[in-house]
Amino acid sequence: MLGNDYIALSPLLLLAGSCVLIMLLIALKLTHRNIQLSSLLLFIVTFFSLFYAQNLTPYHMEPLLVIDRFAIFIMGLIIFSGLVVNILSYIYFEEKEESPKEYYLLLFLCTLGTCVLAASKHFISLFLGLEILTVGLYPLIAYLRTRHHNIEAGIKYLVLAAFSSAFLLFGMALIYLQTGSMEFITIGLSLHSLSSLPPLFLTGLGMMLVGVGFKLAVVPFHMWTADVYQGAPTPVTSFIATASKGGVLAVLLRFFFVIDGFRFRIILLMFIGIAIASMIIGNLLALEQKNVKRMLAYSSIAHLGYLLVALIPGSVLSIQAIGFYLVTYFITILTAFGIMTILSTKENDAEDIESYKALFWKRPLLACIFSTALLSLAGIPLTAGFVGKFLILAASLQTGFWLMAMILIISSVIGLYYYLRIISKMFSGRGGVLPDEKRPHPIFYLISVIVLSMLTLLIIWFGVYPTGLMYLVEYFQLK
Amino acid sequence: MILTYLIGILMGGGALALLLGQWNNSLPKWIALCTVSIGFMLLVSFWIDQSYGPNILLSETWITEYRHNWIPAYGISFHLAVDGFSLLLLVLTFFLGILAVLSSWNEVKKRVGFYHFNLLWILAGISGVFMAMDLFLFYFFWEVMLIPMYFLIGIWGSENRAYAAYKFFIFTQASGLLMLLAILGIYFIHGSNTGNYTFNYFELLGTNIPPNTAFWLMLGFMIAFVVKLPLVPFHSWLPDAHSEAPTAGSLILAGLLLKTGAYGILRFVLPLFPEAAQSVASWAMLLGVIGIIYGAILAYSQTDLKRLIAYTSVSHMGFVILGIFAFNELALQGVVMQLVTHAISTGALFIMAGMLKERLHTRDMNLMGGLWAQMPQMGATAMFLAMASLGLPGLGNFIAEFLILLGAFKANTWLTVLATCGLIFSAVYSLRLIQRVFLGPSKHLNPVQDFSCREITIMAALTLTILWLGLYPQPVINTARPMIHKIEELFSKENKGGRALPGDKSLFLRPIKNIQNVHIESALSNTNSDVR
Repeated sequence: MLGNDYIALSPLLLLAGSCVLIMLLIALKLTHRNIQLSSLLLFIVTFFSLFYAQNLTPYHMEPLLVIDRFAIFIMGLIIFSGLVVNILSYIYFEEKEESPKEYYLLLFLCTLGTCVLAASKHFISLFLGLEILTVGLYPLIAYLRTRHHNIEAGIKYLVLAAFSSAFLLFGMALIYLQTGSMEFITIGLSLHSLSSLPPLFLTGLGMMLVGVGFKLAVVPFHMWTADVYQGAPTPVTSFIATASKGGVLAVLLRFFFVIDGFRFRIILLMFIGIAIASMIIGNLLALEQKNVKRMLAYSSIAHLGYLLVALIPGSVLSIQAIGFYLVTYFITILTAFGIMTILSTKENDAEDIESYKALFWKRPLLACIFSTALLSLAGIPLTAGFVGKFLILAASLQTGFWLMAMILIISSVIGLYYYLRIISKMFSGRGGVLPDEKRPHPIFYLISVIVLSMLTLLIIWFGVYPTGLMYLVEYFQLK
Repeated sequence: MILTYLIGILMGGGALALLLGQWNNSLPKWIALCTVSIGFMLLVSFWIDQSYGPNILLSETWITEYRHNWIPAYGISFHLAVDGFSLLLLVLTFFLGILAVLSSWNEVKKRVGFYHFNLLWILAGISGVFMAMDLFLFYFFWEVMLIPMYFLIGIWGSENRAYAAYKFFIFTQASGLLMLLAILGIYFIHGSNTGNYTFNYFELLGTNIPPNTAFWLMLGFMIAFVVKLPLVPFHSWLPDAHSEAPTAGSLILAGLLLKTGAYGILRFVLPLFPEAAQSVASWAMLLGVIGIIYGAILAYSQTDLKRLIAYTSVSHMGFVILGIFAFNELALQGVVMQLVTHAISTGALFIMAGMLKERLHTRDMNLMGGLWAQMPQMGATAMFLAMASLGLPGLGNFIAEFLILLGAFKANTWLTVLATCGLIFSAVYSLRLIQRVFLGPSKHLNPVQDFSCREITIMAALTLTILWLGLYPQPVINTARPMIHKIEELFSKENKGGRALPGDKSLFLRPIKNIQNVHIESALSNTNSDVR
């Protein structure tokens, strides 16, 4: 390896090194607080290493990885969400009886896996990244192993993820059989002269879609979502909802742009079908949920549907729309789950919609933050979610996908109902079942609240003045 | 610059009220009152300046504008401009804003800061809608006024508030999103025609749209506006929202929010899609007439005081649609008058209903009756307002409805005849209202208080305005005339010349300040004429 290799790979290397370092620190029997702080520091260092790596872009590590601006962008998002999750985790796990230290190690492992995904341009690195992520997620989901839902969710995720990985691998093998390569570019070149897809390739692609669709939780591969979201510890849920999906979406985007997949009618139809089904079914299933985590799980299915709507046109505008929407989605979801994390107690998470009753009159700040996040998810102006949705609509209308745009609109109106349900619950009456005002960890509580307030300000800032973020996304877009 | 100040004052005042509301319960009221009054005074002095100055009577439609880049990558700018019509509606907004603050002076006791924050932000959103000349910005403001309104109904409303708030929000949001689609549609069509991707209203005017597409885009806009207005099949949110909202909420809903729908049709639908608008004119007029009669009949059969008033709004807004789609100056002048007078008379009735509810703790008319004896002042005022609502000559509403009917008669005789029946119905329900509430045997034995000083001030302001509008409506008509003239010209040309002039932008002259855009425009009209 050359010196430049180290610099370009420094984010990945740092993440891998952090895993080891944290393991050693645990062996030294440091306290939870010290482990948390040192992992926070490591996250920050990794985040800043991106700035150094960025100077070398595009940097190819043949044949597996490419560090280009887009990879840096997605890595930045992922590491950022890992960082926020890390901050929010302290109070949550300090309250529980299990030893929380290994949690941070696993968090680094998952972040590493997702970052590899974001930079991969080869099936091998894709699979490696995906498996690092998935293997890290199994214990994370079942981390609070004495609780009923956690174990259930962990087992479900294990079985289904293993199953989908098998599909993915078989699909890759079939594509390799057809094209003789596992590198995206070579696959793209071998397809270049074809006007229609060979059946073997199509089968392989279909199987890969099953694997990827499972990770993205799009309809019809969404069955696990609600249970896992509900069962996993809330900080882990927010990591699944943001980082793991963002990484997989990034690699999907890269793959289809390199092979120019949307030339083929059948792929287009497949994606349109998935997008439409995800938007409608996700929002419909969320309607009557009484558990906020499940509700957000179904709503995340719909949001992935929106992202696919932006992906399908395959134009420049659609890459920008995806970039913008990903940023807003990450921030918003982190904020929403952050509030749930803060409100959770030792015994149970704040997941029942009744536990938000009258929140606005008891903790106005938290309620305002949560409302802003929900309104942003619903795509109401003044929040970043609106601009994101606007760009997606623009991307799909520019290329004339009227049907998808109409369905996006109809389904987001349906979605509005359940977001409003939570908000009106927060504003209704007095009473409810919230813990008393005494907080066990005042300093960390304060830090968490400050982080969440800053995220909220970002949501509003990007909603009112999105130009800066647009330039950023444009600078870092996939080329 | 005055335009941005207006929005800034309202939003800033709202934020201040929210912050100071944490410490003191009466401070937010005063802040809100000061904010709206300052805005009102600014605006009125501006109006007086303009009407004595040279601008308003000349061919120049636009009085002042402000433009600042917002999201240049997509051709979105923070572009505000007003002509006489917007100016009228802005004055109305601030006038009713003052009354809204005053009318909820004692009604709201909890969370006063947040209440006034919502109130002021609704007003800011509405003023933004009346000023925005960038379609993206317009949509932005269009939605900004929804959320605070949702909170206003959902938190401070009466028993069934959650349901009403949902229904209001989902109806308007769904229709608004369809409008967003249409906005994007026209944006891309204009962009691909000219290579200039922009949301600027003035540049989008006269975009060459294929007739079939134009029809669908027009429907997208129309749905958003007629839901707000509301036109009859889309009205079902209105009675719930109006009756459950707190007094100030009902006042703003009836007085201002409904007007944004009519404003949108006049400002966007007609100029952007003249041909498509003409093709649906007869249907729209028919629905308008159905609305007039249907609203009146339903109003007659209500027992809930606020629901009754809400249905009269449906009826009165039918006149607005009838007038707009008659496409002639008389009717359009009537429409402008109707917007102003309906806002004031119906707003006053809602305030009255709020006062009654404060005293009797009910809106059910079966539990009222014979109140005149106890409250002669209120009874007399109510009588006056009912007379205004039924269109008694000498009061503002008469002028409005008379002008509309005169204009519509030229366009469609039979529908106008039917609409005229609506006037009779309105007399029936207004008189029934007075009969049930103020006359007849007294059912309420506990003594109730007549007007307080604050209430007299509110009612005096409203009744005097109605009287003024009925006796001397000329200032209103003069102010709106240039804009109405343009619309009328647009459609009379179409009728005579057969072929429309979609590229003819001379009809919508813009301020000369913006020289750069004038170039673009002339370039545009060249390309358009080439196409032709």
